[in-house]
Amino acid sequence: MKDLTSLALDVAKTYGATYADIRVIDEEHESIAIKNGRVEEATTSTNYGFGIRVIADGSWGFASSFLVEKAEIKRVARLAVEIAKASAMIKKENVVLSPILPVQDTYKTYVEIDPFKVSLEDKLALLLRAEETVRKTPGVSISHASMNISREKKVFASLEGSYIEQEITESGAAVDATAIKGSDIQERSYPNSHGGDVATAGFEFIQGLKLDENAGRVAGEAVALLSAKQCPSGEFTVILDASQLALQVHESCGHPVELDRVLGMEASYAGTSFLTLDKLNKFQYGSPIVNINADATIPGALGTFGYDDEGVPAQRFDIIKDGRFVGYLTNRETAPVIGGQSNGSARADGWGRIPLIRMANINLLPGDSSLEKMISEVKDGLYLATNRSWSIDDKRLNFQFATQIGWEIKNGKLGAMVKNPNYTGITPEFWNSCDAIAGKDEWRVWGLPNCGKGEPTQLMHVAHGAAPARFRNVKVGVGR
Amino acid sequence: MIDKSRIEEAMQTAIDHSTADQTEVLANNRSMALTRFSNNYIHQNVAETNMSLSVRAVIDKKQGYASTNRLDKDSIKEMVDKAIEIAEHRPPDPDFISLPKPRPIVQRDMVSDTTVDYTPKQRASAIQRLLNVVAPRNFTAARAFSTGYTTFGVANSLGVNAVETISEADLKTVVMSPTSSAFGSAVAVDVSNIDIEKIALEAEETTLRGQNPVGLKPGTYTVILSPNAVADMVSFMAFAGFGALSLQEGRSFMKDKFGQQIMSQNISIWDDAYDPNTIGFTFDFEGVPKEKVVFIENGTAKGVCYDSYTAKKEGKKSTGHALPAPNPYGPLPLNLIMSPGDSSLEQMVKTSERAILVSRFHYTNLEDPIRTVLTGMTRDGTFLIEDGEIKMPVKNLRFTQSIVEALSKVELVSMDRELREGMLGASYIPWLKISEFNFTGATQF
Ligand SMILES: [Zn+2]
Repeated sequence: MKDLTSLALDVAKTYGATYADIRVIDEEHESIAIKNGRVEEATTSTNYGFGIRVIADGSWGFASSFLVEKAEIKRVARLAVEIAKASAMIKKENVVLSPILPVQDTYKTYVEIDPFKVSLEDKLALLLRAEETVRKTPGVSISHASMNISREKKVFASLEGSYIEQEITESGAAVDATAIKGSDIQERSYPNSHGGDVATAGFEFIQGLKLDENAGRVAGEAVALLSAKQCPSGEFTVILDASQLALQVHESCGHPVELDRVLGMEASYAGTSFLTLDKLNKFQYGSPIVNINADATIPGALGTFGYDDEGVPAQRFDIIKDGRFVGYLTNRETAPVIGGQSNGSARADGWGRIPLIRMANINLLPGDSSLEKMISEVKDGLYLATNRSWSIDDKRLNFQFATQIGWEIKNGKLGAMVKNPNYTGITPEFWNSCDAIAGKDEWRVWGLPNCGKGEPTQLMHVAHGAAPARFRNVKVGVGR
Repeated sequence: MIDKSRIEEAMQTAIDHSTADQTEVLANNRSMALTRFSNNYIHQNVAETNMSLSVRAVIDKKQGYASTNRLDKDSIKEMVDKAIEIAEHRPPDPDFISLPKPRPIVQRDMVSDTTVDYTPKQRASAIQRLLNVVAPRNFTAARAFSTGYTTFGVANSLGVNAVETISEADLKTVVMSPTSSAFGSAVAVDVSNIDIEKIALEAEETTLRGQNPVGLKPGTYTVILSPNAVADMVSFMAFAGFGALSLQEGRSFMKDKFGQQIMSQNISIWDDAYDPNTIGFTFDFEGVPKEKVVFIENGTAKGVCYDSYTAKKEGKKSTGHALPAPNPYGPLPLNLIMSPGDSSLEQMVKTSERAILVSRFHYTNLEDPIRTVLTGMTRDGTFLIEDGEIKMPVKNLRFTQSIVEALSKVELVSMDRELREGMLGASYIPWLKISEFNFTGATQF
């Protein structure tokens, strides 16, 4: 492999690149899904290729191909430089990268049971057990169980002398129950919606989810929701479960602290950010109990890696400290703008895409309360769980989330189930209304395998640690 | 561009090697380059070439799937073997009957050599022309210009064999002042048909007009929606209910509604890959030619689209709307067309006592697929209309609104339509004036 990566870097340099890196990536993926007792999906795929990124004449160029062979590497390296020179036709300043020490290293996800070595029969049996439990629950219309495993072997080599090999394995699974009556459709998912939970781990993670033990509960809830009352409209004290909070952190904290968004680099598509440069270290993002960090080193979390796709080591740092906004996610290009070094947040979706600033694991740190205690302190409120839909404006201020299920809280006790709950707010107002966060025992990391950003679109696998938390004066039941 | 014959050869290699009862192969060869700009300079500039094959092996009623982008003969054979192995080890699907048999396909000519051969320098020059329009006002422009082609092929052991290439140039831009923004876009088979100056001038004018917006109280308003906003809305609706699988699973808003009027009389929506105003492959991911399917005719629910699996379940014929197998969505329309009306944006404004003009939606998402409740924000130019005139720009609003309900309150439809790339392929869509639309929230800009 080193002869190929050296060739790419040499050719790029010969044609005028002042910086160059190449990533060669070999991906393997397996998906299995069961729906209504039938195999909906049983597929395996491989995807191999390389991408060469260069700076020439002070601007970026990138080219990529699926043909990992010498002649094509030469063509693509030359094309990357040609593209960089075209970029330089319209430039402001030369791209300056924050300094980095060259690294020779390897990183591998710790895997107990290699998910690719588990037989199809065993995987199908695990899913069928969970799906069957859902299917046999009276009133269920659609029963679904799914599993995704993947392995990415990637090599990063740069003109600066880095050579890093990484092997990242991911495993995830879900079970979903849908109940339909007339125009009423209700869905419950375990362990989470939108594909469940995913981790950098082996098959042991999927086994540990115990889909079959939880399938009956979610199926029963989906059916019960059909006859539940509508979620009330108005302002309430709201307690969110940890998985919904994970998405809340993702949309209202993770994205607005991406420095490329702040600098307008994503302005036209995903948008910019209300967390402008003047707010760093000054802005009260949330109440003093709100602490959010970035940590790409959490064992097993979906956003965990050894090095980012610029060869910067995985790191842990604060984003929100005692409610104050203190840190952005940066890459080598943007870090100098705030006078820092890259904090290792540049990742690419495969060999055909450039690294962008991406969340790794962005976590709401545990507090000192508990779900039970938080509920006991509420006179009239709602407990909402599991995301159903999400939407947020292009500066990440006005958000609206719907959840799959909710329960009333009356006089310190969980009461009747409510259906079709949603809630809306303005990011800093919402986080400043946070008055309790559950502790370590109820804190866990949630994998999110579908974060979209960039053009052409890139999907990134990220994660969020969270425990249930309570928010005051939240607008609930919007548009009902 | 990879030769058509090489693609056919790769597909044939897979079919020849297969010992399955039936075998289907998809080929996808794509070369796309994209130049991205922000703050009036090029900050990202990329190119990608890929070709992948995927195979579906059918043994009895069991299907196995595999795909690869390693195209040497051994790798292709290995892929086929994997698909067969999967098929052998899974339980049968009693509802699966057969892969489709070949039907004659009339192909469209959708390749422009100018687009295929477009260079990074040419893209940069085009972006410079755009910036020349907006920079003198101290506005900034952002977004992307992409050019390239996709060749797509399907073959199966029953004789289906189709390969088609589409070249595509896609320019999108957002022009921004410190307090306003505007969106402009165009997509074409031939890059020379993209009028960059026109897009730039229109976006510049909206940006100028949108400066210093004022806050507006959310509530129910009459709205004038641009083709961008309507395309966004209609794609979500199509995703939720225009495919046979959603109908068969009971989660389509069309169920029990056929023959009934569910929208305004001036609303007709169909799918037609052969409409000269749209861009799309003429056959689906099973190699079945695309038929025109009418979903809504003069407000009345008419039908949904089918792939071979959902069609056989109802004893019908596939309409040519399969997505790549396997997928959880079932068949979906990728070339939505809405009928034109006899109105215009000007007339819509003139006839409005009080209304909101929406240039674009942002981050829309379905909260309820059967009630088609959609929420999202406005973006890139929202204006208050009073007494038949555009009065002032307003800050962005959040809406929470049933799409079907909105389309049952359509007062006016424009004669002009625009091609808009959305969540589901390309849609050819007019402006709409809707009498009641629920804005449920507001943001700070
Ligand atoms: Zn995201």
